[in-house]
Amino acid sequence: MTQPRTLYEKIWDAHVVERRSDGTCLIFIDRHLVHEVTSPQAFAGLRATGRTVRRPDLTLAVPDHNVPTTARLDAAGNKLPITDPESAAQLAALETNAPDFGIRYIDAVAPEQGIVHVVGPEQGFSLPGATIVCGDSHTACHGGIGALAFGIGTSEVEHVLATQTLLLQPAKTMEVRVEGEVGPGVSAKDIILHITGTIGAAGGTGHVIEYTGSAIRALSIEGRLTISNMAIEGGARAGLIAPDETTFAYLKGRPYAPKGADWDAAVAYWKSLATDPGSTYDKVVVIDAADIAPSVTWGTSPEDVVPITGVVPDPASFADPSKQTAAAKSLAYMGLEPGMRMQDVSVENIFIGSCTNSRIEDMRAAAAVIKGRKKAANVKWAIVVPGSGLVKRQAEAEGLDRIFIEAGLEWREPGCSACLAMNPDKVPAGERCASTSNRNFVGRQGPGARTHLVSPAMAAAAAVTGKLTDVRELML
Amino acid sequence: MTPLEKVAGRAIPLGLKNVDTDVIIPAHWLKTTSREGMGRGAFESLRADPDNLFDRPEYKGAPILIAGDNFGCGSSREHAAWALGDLGIRVVIAPSYSDIFSGNAVKNGILPVVLPQAAIDRLMEVAATDPIHVDLDTQTVTTPFQDRFTFEIDPFRKMCLLEGLDEISLTEKSGAAIDAYEKTLDAERPWMRPAV
Ligand code: SF4
Repeated sequence: MTQPRTLYEKIWDAHVVERRSDGTCLIFIDRHLVHEVTSPQAFAGLRATGRTVRRPDLTLAVPDHNVPTTARLDAAGNKLPITDPESAAQLAALETNAPDFGIRYIDAVAPEQGIVHVVGPEQGFSLPGATIVCGDSHTACHGGIGALAFGIGTSEVEHVLATQTLLLQPAKTMEVRVEGEVGPGVSAKDIILHITGTIGAAGGTGHVIEYTGSAIRALSIEGRLTISNMAIEGGARAGLIAPDETTFAYLKGRPYAPKGADWDAAVAYWKSLATDPGSTYDKVVVIDAADIAPSVTWGTSPEDVVPITGVVPDPASFADPSKQTAAAKSLAYMGLEPGMRMQDVSVENIFIGSCTNSRIEDMRAAAAVIKGRKKAANVKWAIVVPGSGLVKRQAEAEGLDRIFIEAGLEWREPGCSACLAMNPDKVPAGERCASTSNRNFVGRQGPGARTHLVSPAMAAAAAVTGKLTDVRELML
Repeated sequence: MTPLEKVAGRAIPLGLKNVDTDVIIPAHWLKTTSREGMGRGAFESLRADPDNLFDRPEYKGAPILIAGDNFGCGSSREHAAWALGDLGIRVVIAPSYSDIFSGNAVKNGILPVVLPQAAIDRLMEVAATDPIHVDLDTQTVTTPFQDRFTFEIDPFRKMCLLEGLDEISLTEKSGAAIDAYEKTLDAERPWMRPAV
């Protein structure tokens, strides 16, 4: 009789190559996703030491962080030049490194191109029970299909390229259980914002969070990817959601996913990964889904969450003195006063996109609110950036692009866009943005930019009213 | 990697909590293809203030940085460790770190010392006027005023820092174990190989 184990422990155990006496393990990495920003120095390191990529077949490279989201080809089908010289250099480096080291590569103009965390699951490259790494902190995203996925730094990228392994300490386990049914207008994004507000930005430090409960089970894969994407914003090393029929239905038939008899064997294995009854987690947090409202951030940490019906908190209301200082600083940066109603905050910019919320369901949710309405006059810049070429084409087939364009929003090419200020899409200093991305840090969307994190439906609502708005009022 | 055993010198008393990697090195500095020179972008937003700590003459080239809880949270960019290293920082002292940051720090020869808030408060006082001494071998932080704080560190990380070891060469010694793992994986879960 083996001891009951959690989903995390099962995946961990299945990947141990070597166990050191201090508990550190050499862990085999099943999938390595590579993008242009965190890889050039790693490839340079391999070249300098004469090393090769151990498993090019398990490595997939796609540019996303600094590709412009405007047209990439001219009328004649030629690639348009990238004006920023540093972006151009990083993209050129990946374009050369991928074939040089024999790894799979999706070009910036390929139909499958997109944000690495959208592309992985969409191509069936990311699989349940797999260990997945990428030099980007939102790699936790792939936990939405039940993969143990985490962000790594460039030295680790080089390490994985060279050895297909990582030396890791086992994490502690944490269960975040969301029970019940969410109300109308409440999306996966609101659930994860609410969770982050509840556990705090360091609430999951040292842990891998498994999201469980009926509210999580009820989510689509798109919603689960949104949840797991932001595990890192609660300080966790990774997020996980047990694979189930929803997961299998999503993955079946995707290009890199197992086929035929292999598929059946894979599903049988994936089913065995669910946390055993009687397992214990190091930490458990239980949340009632009925308590979750459409949510919005007011500060510069993703834990600074209030319901849209709430007000900007008074820094003095926090028990912790260092949080009081941080909150006061945040409010000064954000240009907000304690006691202001969130719904009175006007926004000049709207960003619908990022690996958190750029999948087809997100596009649909935003379009449903926008349909038949117009962008508010005070909104200067409103862009919708699908997460991949496939999402883009699906949305266009459903006519969603027309809905956005007719309302005065821009419909762009896939990429990270305004999630981080690395490409031409930036929020001007001192201006506010209702953004579906995952980070509201100082300067994240551009120097001096003020970010309010929201769901796609809430961003759409803000686009039509010109201020942070309770989307439920537009759903009547 | 330069081995690290004893570090003595002025410590920058930053003290802030939740210093994220965007603060340590803003995103526009990520657009490089090399590791050098990143210290110029370190703490750019804080250094926009002419009176900032980092550019005061007494803290120029200081090898130690003192911070609050959850240092290095946010984006996993290793550029944060490169920027600190390029700025001359060899040791960070804080009550806690993001997991990714502390791993990146060690890989780049920077020691992340964990001490309780009370010790941090005391070191912040000392750092205002006097140097601090960090000894990795004995796992202690000491001051000229007889303060002595001991810290814990994972033994493997300690060895890597002390010997200035590169992790890839270490792992390559386990090549046979990796070969064996791959064989078993192919036998037990052949469908794990990408279908195309
Ligand atoms: S969309 Fe943002 S968080 Fe996601 S991969 Fe791109 S930069 Fe990272």
